[in-house]
Amino acid sequence: MEKARPLWSNPLQFVFACISYAVGLGNVWRFPYLCQMYGGGSFLVPYVIMLLVEGMPLLYLELAVGQRMRQGSIGAWRTISPYLSGVGVASVVVSFFLSMYYNVINAWSFWYLFHSFQDPLPWSVCPLNANRTGYDEECEKASSTQYFWYRKTLNISPSIQESGGVQWEPALCLLLAWLLVYLCILRGTESTGKVVYFTASLPYCVLIIYLVRGLTLHGATNGLKYMFTPKIEQLANPRTWINAATQIFFSLGLGFGSLIAFASYNEPSNNCQKHAIIVSLINSSTSIFASIVTFSIYGFKATFNYESCLQKVILLLINSFDLEDGSVTADNLEQVKSYLASTYPSEYSAIAPQIRNCSLESELNTAVQGTGLAFIVYTEAIKNMEVSQLWSVLYFLMMLLLGVGSMLGNTMAIITPLTDSKFISSLLPREVISGLVCLINCAIGLVFTLESGNYWFDIFNDYAATLSLLLIVLVEAVALCYVYGLRRFERELQAMTGRALSWYWKILWAVVSPLLMVGLFIFYLSDYILAGTLQYQAWDASQGQLVTRDYPPYALAVIGLLVAASTMCVPLVALGTFVLRRLKRGDTAPVS
Amino acid sequence: MTVHLLSPTRASHSGHAPARLPCVFHSERMLWLFFFLVTAIHAELCQPDAENAFKVRLSIRTALGDKAYAWDTNEEYLFRAMVAFSMRKVPNRETTEISHVLLCNVTQRVSFWFVVTDPSKNHTIPAVEVQSAIRMNRDRINNAFFLNDQTLEFLKIPSTLAPPTDPSVPVWIIIFGVIFCIVVVAIALLILSGIQQRRRKNEGPSEVGDAEDKCENTITIENGIRCDPLDTKGGCVNDAFMTEEERLTPL
Repeated sequence: MEKARPLWSNPLQFVFACISYAVGLGNVWRFPYLCQMYGGGSFLVPYVIMLLVEGMPLLYLELAVGQRMRQGSIGAWRTISPYLSGVGVASVVVSFFLSMYYNVINAWSFWYLFHSFQDPLPWSVCPLNANRTGYDEECEKASSTQYFWYRKTLNISPSIQESGGVQWEPALCLLLAWLLVYLCILRGTESTGKVVYFTASLPYCVLIIYLVRGLTLHGATNGLKYMFTPKIEQLANPRTWINAATQIFFSLGLGFGSLIAFASYNEPSNNCQKHAIIVSLINSSTSIFASIVTFSIYGFKATFNYESCLQKVILLLINSFDLEDGSVTADNLEQVKSYLASTYPSEYSAIAPQIRNCSLESELNTAVQGTGLAFIVYTEAIKNMEVSQLWSVLYFLMMLLLGVGSMLGNTMAIITPLTDSKFISSLLPREVISGLVCLINCAIGLVFTLESGNYWFDIFNDYAATLSLLLIVLVEAVALCYVYGLRRFERELQAMTGRALSWYWKILWAVVSPLLMVGLFIFYLSDYILAGTLQYQAWDASQGQLVTRDYPPYALAVIGLLVAASTMCVPLVALGTFVLRRLKRGDTAPVS
Repeated sequence: MTVHLLSPTRASHSGHAPARLPCVFHSERMLWLFFFLVTAIHAELCQPDAENAFKVRLSIRTALGDKAYAWDTNEEYLFRAMVAFSMRKVPNRETTEISHVLLCNVTQRVSFWFVVTDPSKNHTIPAVEVQSAIRMNRDRINNAFFLNDQTLEFLKIPSTLAPPTDPSVPVWIIIFGVIFCIVVVAIALLILSGIQQRRRKNEGPSEVGDAEDKCENTITIENGIRCDPLDTKGGCVNDAFMTEEERLTPL
C-alpha cells in the first residue's frame, strides 16, 4: 500500500530548497577564511577543480538516488541493499547532531537582531564600571564587540569544566528559533516549499546591498587587494587542496540525507542532472560573492583600526612633548618621531614602549572564521558605519535566513525517514512527529545555553559531522556503483528521466570521487591521531583574550561518542541485518 | 594690586629682611619688596606639579577642525572666569574672584597649569575642593569652549561618564515578544486548519467508508492515485496527466 507522496508544487521549489539548504553560514564565514589562508586568488583554482571533480558528481548522485528511490535516506539505502540501511541511519544520526547545535546559531542571530534596534548599538560602547569613572575592566582589556559576545551573549565561563547555569536570554531565543523552524516544516513540502522562496532569495538581496555598501567604504580596496593577490606558492601546499575538497564537500551538505529527502519529493521525470549543476554552481559563486563582501568589510575594519592606532600614537607624542595640536599627521609621523628621538632622547625613550608600530598588513592578517567572524569582526565593522542600526538589522536578518534555510534541510533529513516508516506514521500524524523532533532538539539544545555552552558547541561543530560524513558519502558512492550496480542504476535513471547518463558522470562516480573520499578520510583520520591531546580555546576574562586549554577526559569521551555514534551505525546495522537474515533463514530452512 | 601681609615662614624663605634705611626711602622700598615678593609667591603658587595645581590640555583643532579658534590671553581669561564661576558654587567659596585663578606654563599644545588661591592669595585652595567644583560644572566649562570631555582634559580630574539610558523594559524583550506571539499564532492557525481538514476528510466518506475500506487495497494502486486526495483538492486531478504537461513545459 503506497500513500501518495507529497510533491513540490513546481521544480523551482525543489531548486530553491536545495539552494537554501546548501547556501548556508559556511559560505559566509568559512570560505573567506580559507581563501585568505591558502593563497587568496589562487585558492580559486583548487576550489573550482574540486567542484568539478567532487562536488557536482556527488551532488548529482544523491539527488538521483533520492529521486529514484522516492524515500528518505533510510528507505533509499535499504532499497539499494538491506545491509546498507546503516548508511541511512548514520545520516539521520548526523543530521540529528547537526540540528541540535546548528539552531543555537540562529538563536544568537535572533539575539543580535533584537539588540540592533537600539541607539547606540550595545556592542559599540563598553558599559561603565561601578563608580562611573571608567569602563568595565574586562571590556577595556578586550574590545566592546568581544565583550558583548563573550559576556553579554554567552556569559562564558573560564573553562568547560565550569558549566554554570542555563542563561535564560539565549534559551528564550533558542525556543523562538525552534518555533520558527517548526512553523516552516509543519505542513511538509506544502509549507517548506513556500518558505524556501524567501530563505533562498532574500539573502542574495542583502548580499547585493552589502556589496554596494562594502565597496563604497573607505579602505575596502585594501581588503580586496589583499585577498585577491594570488600567492601561487600555496598551490604546492597539500593542505590547500585538502581544504578546497573539504570545503566543497561540507558546503554542499552531502551525506546528511537532506538532499535525498528533498529529491524524494520530486516528480520521477525531473531533470536532476541540470538541477545538480545549477545548485553546485550557485553555491560556489555565492561563496565567492560572499567573500568579496567579507573582504571589503575586512579592509574597512583594518583601515579604521590602523588609522585609530596612528591617531593614538600621534596623541601620545603631542601630549608628551606639548607639540601643537594638529601639527603631527599620518604623513609626517615618521619624520617627527626621528626628530624627537634625536632632540629629546631621554624623554623619547621613556615613552618609546608605548609607541605601537601600526601596520595595515597586521590588521588584515587577523584571519577569523566561524562565529568569531560573524559576531565579533562583522559587528565591529558595522558599528563604525553610518546608520549602523540599519546595517546591523540587514546583516543579522541575512544570517537568520541562511541559518533557517539550512535548518529546514536538516530537519527534513530527520523527519522524512520517520514519516516514511509505516510503523511511526501510523501511530502519529506528521505534525506531531515534527513537533516531537523539534521539542527533543530544543531540550537538548539548552546545553548550549549554559555558561560553558559555547565550548560544547565547538566540540559539536568540529567533531560531530566531519569524519562521519566522509565515511557515509564514501560508502554511498561505492554502494551505488558496485553493490547496486552502475549499469542498473543508469538504466533506471534513463527510464525515469529520459536522459542517458554521460561517461563523465560514470567515471567520476565509479572511480574518481571514491578515491578522493578515501584520500580525505585517511588524511583526517591521521590528522586526529597525530594531534595528540585535543585542545580548545577558552575565554579568559581577566586577560580579555582567548587561551588554549586541554579537554578534560569526559569531554574527550563525548567527542569519541559523537564520532562513534554515527560511524558505527554502518557496520552495526549491516551486522544486525546479517544476523537477522541468518536467523530467519535458520527458521525457514527446516520448514521447507 | 593689593599687598598681603607676609607670614613669618614666607618671609624667611623668599625675601630678605628689610634693610635699615632712612625713613624717607622706607615705604618705597617696602612697596617694591612687596611687589617682588608677591610675584615670587605668585610664581611659586602656580608651577607644574605644584601643590593643588592641575594640568589642563585642550585639543581645539581635533574638535573643531577648520573652525578652530586660536588660544590667546582672552581665551585664558574666559577659562579663569569659568573656573572662578565653578568655585563660587562651592559653599564657603562664594567670594572667589577671577584674579584668584592663576595660570602658568602655557604651551603650544595647548596645555597649561592652574591653581585657585584663597582670598589672601597666600595659599591655594585644596585640590579636593577644586576637583569637586570642576566635576560639577564640567558641562558648562566644556560648552563655553565648544569642546567635550575628551578634547578639554583636566588631568587628574576623572570625568563622570554619562550613565547609560536604560529603559524600564529592555528593547529586545519587546521585539522578542512581538515575534514570539506572531510565530505562536501562526503555528496555532496551521495546526487548527490541519485538524479541520482531517476532520472534513474523515467525515466525508464516512457513509461509503466501510465499503471503501474493503476495496482500498485494490483501488489505491490503480494509476497510483488514491481516492482521498481527490476529495480534499476538490476535483479530479489526474496525476498522470499532470506529469505529461510538465514534460512539455520544462523549467
